[in-house]
Amino acid sequence: MDSRKGIKTALTIVTLLLAAAVIYFGDSHLSRFQIRILNLAAIFVILGLSLNLVVGFTGMFSLGHSGFMCVGAYTAAILTMSPESKELIYYMEPIVPVLKNIEWPVIPATVMGGVVAAIFGVLVGFPALRLRDDYLAIATLGFAEIIRIIVTNTISITNGALGLKNIPSEKSLWFYWGICILTILILKALINSSWGYAFKAIRDNEIAAEAMGVSVFKHKLLSFTIGAFFAGIAGAMMSFLITSIDPTMFRFLFTFQILLIVVLGGMGSLTGSVIAGVVVTIAMEWLRIVERPMHLFGMDVPGIPGMRMVIFALLLLIIILFYRQGLMGTREFNWDWVLDKLGVAKSKERGVS
Amino acid sequence: MDAEKVLSTDDITIRFGGLTAVSKLSLDIYPGEIIGLIGPNGAGKTTCFNIITGVYAPTEGKVYFKGKDITGMRSDLITKEGIARTFQNIRLFQSMTVLENVLISKHVRLKANPLEAILRMPRYTRARRRHYEECMELLRQVGLEDVAHEMATSLPYGKQRRLEIARALATQPTLLLLDEPAAGMNPQESLELMKFIEQIRHRFELTILMIEHHMEVVMGICERITVLDYGVTIAQGTPTEIQNNQQVIEAYLGAVETNA
Ligand SMILES: Nc1ncnc2c1ncn2[C@@H]1O[C@H](COP(=O)(O)OP(=O)(O)O)[C@@H](O)[C@H]1O
Ligand SMILES: [Mg+2]
Repeated sequence: MDSRKGIKTALTIVTLLLAAAVIYFGDSHLSRFQIRILNLAAIFVILGLSLNLVVGFTGMFSLGHSGFMCVGAYTAAILTMSPESKELIYYMEPIVPVLKNIEWPVIPATVMGGVVAAIFGVLVGFPALRLRDDYLAIATLGFAEIIRIIVTNTISITNGALGLKNIPSEKSLWFYWGICILTILILKALINSSWGYAFKAIRDNEIAAEAMGVSVFKHKLLSFTIGAFFAGIAGAMMSFLITSIDPTMFRFLFTFQILLIVVLGGMGSLTGSVIAGVVVTIAMEWLRIVERPMHLFGMDVPGIPGMRMVIFALLLLIIILFYRQGLMGTREFNWDWVLDKLGVAKSKERGVS
Repeated sequence: MDAEKVLSTDDITIRFGGLTAVSKLSLDIYPGEIIGLIGPNGAGKTTCFNIITGVYAPTEGKVYFKGKDITGMRSDLITKEGIARTFQNIRLFQSMTVLENVLISKHVRLKANPLEAILRMPRYTRARRRHYEECMELLRQVGLEDVAHEMATSLPYGKQRRLEIARALATQPTLLLLDEPAAGMNPQESLELMKFIEQIRHRFELTILMIEHHMEVVMGICERITVLDYGVTIAQGTPTEIQNNQQVIEAYLGAVETNA
């Protein structure tokens, strides 16, 4: 149905190979610090994409993302830590016996992090998704906090407020960007499928979507659960990146940062979330200087912790007030645009995917 | 219940707080009929559609579709049963093209699961291609083929109304509910729309219930008419009977004349 389909597939494959080459050389040539930042960016891209699926594509104002991330992070950490570290770390209360001797490899543990987060997604979504707009936002915010409190208090599973340390470390760009690219491909395929259109129909007009036979609640729950799944995956990756986690990490501030990525990139644009995910992560690192003591106009300004978030909050405000569209609006990168620019002819009829 | 009737509402009443928006409405619609529902603004016509399509559950009364009780059933399931509708205030999916708007109706018919869709497995892609062909064919039949890839909201008003109807048709209904399809149209456009409704009625073997303010349209194509005023049914009958009904003239037609 599309005369340029062959070219586009070829271009996609070439781009993926190119990405693989960049990752390969990056792994051996970049500094450890640079690699760490890039890996963090991959995690934030996944978080941005998955929240965008829920907020931008399905139109559900959910603020619970950090809760699902928390579930994924803890699941992956508990599944991968060695029995010796568990014995060492759980000194307030020993870990429950079933979990003690489990020591999974990193990749299955990451997938499991996503699966457990998805289960929480269903549990939270089932009651919460009957609400809309601000009510949904408040409810999901509350549920995320409940998850955090559960994690803080189930000491024999999560080690409570003390958090977990000695989580196996994963440093390679392959792991983070491999999963990130896979996530992009999966979500892109989903968004362009009949299900993606059903989500967008619900976002555009819920009553009309229902009148067209789309079961609104079922699709909202599906989108929400897929969002939770990928938040869980990102949480698991976070565990392996920083190797120690505690419940305070997953407060609302974290969701706020992800929301910033979604809004900055454009609600309803995967491309936007990818770009904004990378930009915001790098900017966050770069802006660390504003939290250090400074010399300004001959005055000594003491370091102000949290100053970065103030800057980002202002940025979010400015975008919402003056530039609602974000970087991409609802547009996506696509090969058609590139090929049109290059003047590659195409036949009239366009296909669907 | 009489299975021969396509739609039958049995004394449906709905109250919003103290307001009785529809009171004891009884409609009986037989296969192939075009029935008109008229009345002044705020008479409860749209609310009546909302009850039939499951947007609201009636406070009292029952709705039967082909003899089956569908009272308070979920909207999407009622659509699946075979009732489709258009909206008084156009509700197109604004982020989508004309074709994509129509394609949404086929989503519920997919047997494949989301995983098969993500992996573009044959069961999904084959069904999707067939739906695409079906929707293109439908657009051809309603004369929207040339704008299939335009954004729905970029169409001129008249075509947006037509697309609303096409989208409803795509769900393959037996009963079509049209909520003021000629609203905002000039007499010429209303006339064309009237012909169009006649056409699709025969082509798709539809039964139609329609709310309309343009008297030429209603009197021209409806076989029977029900008149509502403040939610109360004040008359039911043929166009001639309605035109000569004193109560109707006072409540409604008179008002139109003085307005005009
Ligand atoms: N959800 C609702 N809540 C409260 N009142 C409503 C609701 N929907 C409709 N109404 C009221 O019911 C009456 C009938 O409205 P409607 O059916 O839209 O009239 P129309 O005949 O013009 O289509 C109006 O007074 C309207 O304000
Ligand atoms: Mg109305």
